[in-house]
This record gives sequence, C-alpha cells and structure tokens, in this order.
Amino acid sequence: MSPRRRLLGTQVRTLARRSVVRTLRQPAQLVPAFIFPLFLLAVNTGGLQRATRIPGFPTHSYLTFALAIPFMQGALFSVMNAGTDLARDIESGFLNRLALTPLRGPALLAGLLAGAIVTALAQATTYILVGLVAGASFAAGAAGVAVIFALAILITLGFGAIGLFAALRTGSGEAVQGLFPVLFVTLFLSSMSLPRNLIHTVWFREVATYNPVSYLIEAIRSLLITGWNAQALELGFGLAAAIALAAMVAASVALRNRLERT
Amino acid sequence: MTPSRPASIEASALVREFKKGPRAVDGIDLHVAPGEIYGFLGPNGAGKSTTTLMLTTLLPPTAGSARVAGYDVVREGPAVRAAIGAALQEAALDPLLTGREHMRLQTALHGLPRAERAARGEELLERIGLREAADRKVGGYSGGMKRRLDLALALVHRPRILFLDEPTTGLDIQSRAALWQEVSRLAADDGVTVFLTTQYLEEADVLADRVGIIDHGRIVAEGTPAQLKSQIGRPSVEVVPLDAGQRGPLAAVLARFGEPTGASPNGVAVRLRGGERDLAEVVRALDAEHIAVEHIQLHAPSLDDVFLAKTGRSLEGAGDQPQPEEAANREPIAAHSGATA
Repeated sequence: MSPRRRLLGTQVRTLARRSVVRTLRQPAQLVPAFIFPLFLLAVNTGGLQRATRIPGFPTHSYLTFALAIPFMQGALFSVMNAGTDLARDIESGFLNRLALTPLRGPALLAGLLAGAIVTALAQATTYILVGLVAGASFAAGAAGVAVIFALAILITLGFGAIGLFAALRTGSGEAVQGLFPVLFVTLFLSSMSLPRNLIHTVWFREVATYNPVSYLIEAIRSLLITGWNAQALELGFGLAAAIALAAMVAASVALRNRLERT
Repeated sequence: MTPSRPASIEASALVREFKKGPRAVDGIDLHVAPGEIYGFLGPNGAGKSTTTLMLTTLLPPTAGSARVAGYDVVREGPAVRAAIGAALQEAALDPLLTGREHMRLQTALHGLPRAERAARGEELLERIGLREAADRKVGGYSGGMKRRLDLALALVHRPRILFLDEPTTGLDIQSRAALWQEVSRLAADDGVTVFLTTQYLEEADVLADRVGIIDHGRIVAEGTPAQLKSQIGRPSVEVVPLDAGQRGPLAAVLARFGEPTGASPNGVAVRLRGGERDLAEVVRALDAEHIAVEHIQLHAPSLDDVFLAKTGRSLEGAGDQPQPEEAANREPIAAHSGATA
C-alpha cells in the first residue's frame, strides 16, 4: 500500500473513532434518536391498527407495516447529529486545526459519517429487536434483516451527508437544526402511514409518488411484509445510493469551498 | 536580523480584501529570519489574524505573494502546512475529547509512525505540564490549560515555524508567563521561528526579537522593541501639581525642558530634550519656582508610544474605536523595514 493511501486510511480511522466517541459522549443527542421513533411507532400502531381492515392493505399487522418508519426517522436524526457536530467544528475553529494537517477531504467526510453509521447500526438493532418482541413479522427472514441493515446504512450515509452539506454551506449548528423539520415533512408526505395505492387524496398521492422517501420506506417494508421484492429493493437501494452520491458530492464541493486552504 | 538573511517567512505587498468590506490586509511586506520571534502587534481588527490565515495557507491572498519555509503559500500549500505549526486565535479543541485523545488525533492526522505517536504525545503533554490532566475532557480545562494543549498540538510534527495568533488573550498572568517561557524556549533551544500576533504591548516587548506594528492592514512600524522606542526618542516627564491652580506656571517651567506631550487630566507632561538626565534639573527648577508637586513620573518610551506616534491613537482600546477618517489618508509607512531593522 502506498504511503499516501496508508495515511488516508489512518486519517479515516482516526476521525471515525473521534466521531464515535463524540456520539457516545452526547447522550442528550443520542437518546432522542432511539426513543422518539419508537414512541411514534407505539402511537401509530396503537391508533392506526384498524387501517389494516381497508381492502387492499398489505398486512394484518400495522406494527409490521409501520416498523419501516423508525429507520427513516433515525436517518433524519443523523442529518442533525452529523451536521451539528461539523457545524460546531466550524464555529469553534476545530476545522481549521484539521485543515492545517495533511488531512484529505474524503477522509474528513468519511470520518464524520462514521459516527452516524454506528448510531444507525445501533438504532436498526434496537428497532428490529423491539419489532421482534412486539410481534412484527419479518417475511424475508434473517437475510432480509441483513438487507435492512445494509439499506439503513446507505440511507444514513445519504442523510448524514445532507447534514454535512448543510453544515459546510452555513457553518451554523442552528441552520442544520432548522433543516430537521423540513426533512421531517418529507417523511409525512410519503407513503409512511398508508400504501400509496390507498391514499385517496390525489395531490397527496402525487406528492408521495414523487417523494423518494416513499421508496426507501417501501423497500424496507417489502422485506418485512412480502419477502423478496426485486423492484422495491432496486428502487430503494437505487434511490438511497443516488441520494448518498449526490449528497456526498455536494458535501465535497462545499468542503472545498469552506476550506479555502491553498 | 537583516533582510539579506534567508527568510523563514517573507511576504511582499500582501493584500486580502473581503467582499463588501475594507482591505483587511493592505500591502504588507515581511521578512522573518529563522529562529526569530516576530511579534505582530496591533489592535483588534488591524489585520493580524487575516495575515496569519494567509501565511498558514488557510486563506488565499487577494494580491501579493508570500513564502513560508521557502514555499509559496498559494502554489505550495501542502508543503507549507507540513513545515508549520499553528495555534490560531481561539483554542480550537474538542470539549468532548481528553487531552490525550487530542494528541492521538493530531499525531495520527500528521502521519507520524504508529510506534512514535504515543511517545510524542506523552513527551509534549509532559512538557506543557498536562500529563496529570491528560485523561480529563478538555471541556473542563482552564483557559491556560487549553492554550498550552493548543500549543502542544501545534508542535506534534516538529514544525520549523510556529504561528501563534493571540496565544495569551484572556489568560491570567501566571498562565501567560508560562506560555511565554515555553515560546522563548522553543525559539532558543529548538530554533523554531515564531510568528506571534498579539494586542498586548508587554507580550511583544518581552517576547519578540522584532516587532511589526500593524494598523488598518498596514505595517506602520517595524524593528526591535528597543529600535522602535528609540524612534520615539526621549522619555517624558509628567508632573501633577499639589495646587491645580499652578498648572500654568508648571507648564511654563516644563516647557524649558521639552515639547508638551499627552498627560493625565491634572498633570502636565513634556518630552525631555536631554533625556533622563534632565529629570534632576526639572526637580530643581520646580523647587526654585516654589511649585509644590503631588506626583512626578518619568515615562520611558513604550511600544504604545510608538503606536501613538505612528497612528495618532493609543493601542489600548484602539480596536474598539471608530476608524478615524485620517487613517485612510495616513502616510503609508515606508520606513518600516530597512530603516529600523
């Protein structure tokens, strides 16, 4: 391995460790990312169980239907956590300290996202365990659970990179936190609560159809309800990868602009 | 130090303009020799930090050129960064990490061999007296501890040139003295060139081999502290009469010894034509005129006097004052380099 590549690996590992340590040392930031989605899951499951009686509803268990939602909500928290951490680094001048080292941009972004991915893995484990205990079904079995983990990581990468982009563009933790409600609205304007074909309000169905979040949820949902659905998985993984790629590119450009170093 | 020696830092007509703002740095020239401690003195907003950011490659200049450690700051940024260490204005530390974790991070990012990282970290923690506190989160450190850690982090890769941007701002006297000692040691024992910005006169006076005074983005004076003070020339004497009604006769007596200069509201001051030797004569003249004295003080010229002479303002609080109109018309101080150095 070339010394340059070895250094890049060291930098990614070092920043990833820092990101994980920071995440673990901020319980106030970490706990809501676990509790809030589970709370909403409980409320939705309790209140909307009768929706399963609607003709054409894909399952008799609203818990199984709704279990895909916490993964998206968890990913939204990664926007805030990764973005806020980076914004703090900008505000405190820590980013300048990093810029004075031979640190390369991709190493910084990858390192910063590592904390979000560790959190995403912990969240996914929690949601799946809660789902199992509460009686949700996993139609695709253990392999499907592994695919859910993979998709959760990809979604977190994309949303985390959106947080990094916002932090790099604005340099402000408040601005990153302001993004959270906006993104949360995109979650509600998706097929989160009902399958798209059962949404009767035309504009809502149209919005949900164009909303990529619908397909991310439906990919996870397919593994829980129907088993292996190639189309749903292709769409889910394809869109998640596209979001991740676009957000990473945008964050890389924003990083280059933010670090004016020569 | 003469400009003919090979420079650790050199800048020529360096300019930085910001959108919708004034020229933060307005054509400065610098020549800092290896092993020299160069004090960059000026009030808030004078352009010190902007200059530092340009020299450390964190901000591209709008015009002019600069070389640090022999490398061009625009075209050879990575080579410059490899040669320098910097502790910028705020102690940029992560409050959630410990001192030792900061060391690990910095040594790894600089690419020190794995076997060397821990030893280098421990060596620096020991040197700055933070070994005991190394496993505590930095969020609980005092200002002085943070500044010392900041300095140590700037040294992990053994830089030849060290940039310190207002390293003692906000520190108590003991912490300040400890940092001065360490900076002096780095220059004297390790031959590190230090570029130090400060708004503290005493810091520049005590620590710097040479001082550049910057105001409104321009260097208004440069030289050793002694040279700069000698430009002002002579000391002044200030006398406060016991009876305020005697200020008139007092001024007449003092006028025999030199030209008037700034004084406290109750006093009269003159710059002594004959230097300190005139003081005894002044006392005898006051006695002869039966002027009772409440207070008499000899002022040796300070760097503040230099600043006052060059800008018409005192350095103390100068950054908080509105920019005087005459600043724009002030003569560009051409004599800042060779004339005084």
